Parts: sequence; C-alpha cells; structure tokens
Amino acid sequence: MTVNKSLLIPLAVFVMLVTVLAFGFRLDDPHYLPSELIAKPFPEFKLRDLHDPDRILTVDDIKGSVSLVNVWATWCPNCVLEHPELMRISREEDLPLYGVNYNDESPKAIGWLERYENPFQFNIVDNKGILAIDLGVYGAPETFVVDKHGVIQYRHVGPVSREIWNHEILPVIELLRNQAGEG
Amino acid sequence: MARIALLLLAVFLVECCHQAYAAIDAYPFPDDELRLRHNALIDELRCPQCLNTNLAGSDSMIAKDLRREVHRLLLEGKTNEEILDFMHQRYGDFILYKPRLQPGTLVLWFGPLFLLLVASVVLFRLVMSRKAEVTNLSAEDSRRLEELVGRK
Repeated sequence: MTVNKSLLIPLAVFVMLVTVLAFGFRLDDPHYLPSELIAKPFPEFKLRDLHDPDRILTVDDIKGSVSLVNVWATWCPNCVLEHPELMRISREEDLPLYGVNYNDESPKAIGWLERYENPFQFNIVDNKGILAIDLGVYGAPETFVVDKHGVIQYRHVGPVSREIWNHEILPVIELLRNQAGEG
Repeated sequence: MARIALLLLAVFLVECCHQAYAAIDAYPFPDDELRLRHNALIDELRCPQCLNTNLAGSDSMIAKDLRREVHRLLLEGKTNEEILDFMHQRYGDFILYKPRLQPGTLVLWFGPLFLLLVASVVLFRLVMSRKAEVTNLSAEDSRRLEELVGRK
C-alpha cells in the first residue's frame, strides 16, 4: 500500500504540537518567580522592632547564625496556615526565626501574634513594603534561609509545611551547618 | 426606551473604564516629562503577582508599592535604564515585558526570524519546483497547451 507522504504532514505537525504543549503544561506553577537573590547578601535595612518601636533593627541583627526570615502579614490567610509549622520550628529546631511584618498595621500585627503565638525572635516592621521590595517579595508568606554571614541561601514562596521543611529547607540548613563545621 | 438603553450603555461604559483605570494614584510630579516617563515605565513593567498585567493596570498591593518605588526613583533622578535595572535585580526577567537580549531569551528574540527564514526557504523551494513542472513540458504538450488556452 502506498501512502501519499504529504498526508503525513498534518500528523507530524500535530505530534509536534502535542509534544510542545505537554512540556509547556508540565512547567511549574506559572505564579512562581525564580528568585534573583539566592547567594546575594540580605538587603540593608533600618526598620523598627514591632514590639519595641524604639529599637531600630538592621541587617546585622540577623547575622551570626543560620536563620529563617519569614515575611508575613495579618491580611495573609496562608500565614495562618503555615503558623503551626513555624511554631514547631521555633520550639523543636535549633534555629532563630525572624519575622518581617509586611504592609501591615502594627497594633493588628501584635494582636495577631498574641492570638496565634509568636515564633519570632523579633519582628521587623516593614509597613511600606520597602524591605519586601528589596527582597523581591511579591506576596506573603515567603521564607528565606539566611546563613551566618547574612547571605540568602534559599527562598520559599508560599506557606511552609512540614513537608517543605523536611524536603527543601532542612537540607539547605544542614548543608550550611556542615560547611560551617568544616570551615 | 432608546434613551434608557443609551443611559444604561453609558453607565456600563463608565463602569468599564472605571475598572480598567482603577489603579491610578495621584503622585505629584514637578514636570510633565517625569509624569510621562512614570506612565511609560509602569506600562512596561509587569506586575510580579499577576500573570499578565502591567504595573499600571494592577490593583494588587505589590503593584501599588512598585509604582510608588518608580515614582521615588524618578524623583531621585534615576534614568529609565537604572529603574529597570533596579526592578530586574529584585524580580528578574519576569518583570520586564520587553525581554533583555541574553542567552536565555535568544529564542524569544530570534525564534520568529528563524521561522521566517525556514518558511521563506520552504516557500522558495515550493515555487521553484512548480516552475520546474511547467518548464518540463514536452514539445507536443506545450503545443496542446497553447491550443487549449486558445492562443492558436
């Protein structure tokens, strides 16, 4: 049987299209932006402490040990969702947590932390979103792993769950600790 | 009846426009040139939280903050290029609607040109092969053809 070869062209185009689309749709969440800040120093800032407005916090306050910096707000539903995991980390893991209270009202934020408990060593008041812009934040919550020199080593967009902690954040922290131990 | 319809249409249009331009902030500018540059920049920058909206068209919190930043940087006397760099350093390629020329965006810039080239070659060869068919007529056939089209 002979087949007219030109009849195969539409089929070939179709197969190509399916292949391209299959790969296209398998790409990750289109809302996810790759971070530009990995391996860059945590941006400089000079902002107030939520609970002690006379205290001015700077980037030096988060240096010294591997830490988690969590960007949160009272208007952010996923922040409530991830909160139990942050509380667990603050209790069970040997690691300081610092909060960045993003585009929020301080009295509300203090009330929120009283209601849900406070896992953070301190909270940086970023009510104008200045630090958040320097961090490339585009929503809340976002969580950064910062090494002891104040260099951002990992960024997680969205709520931190037990799974995210185990599979994404903890390995980075262990790697950093091992490096520190060897160095 | 027609009047009511017209009125409804007017209300509808006003409402549409109102939504489309919901995100206008009243930023003071010392001169119109800065204002125009601000408007051009927020048109060209993409809102990081939205998938396909520019800063000018988005009501989201981050778009509002970034419009304010663009305003601040303009007043500080930064050039457009410096402002785009500032955004690119923080938000990456995503924020630029006009992608930069770099290894990762070569396909974007030259893909269409490449396709045009391929299409031209295919078209050229197609046309040439057709020509060949016509010129390959035997003497007998061309005589018959001329007869059929009525030249003789």
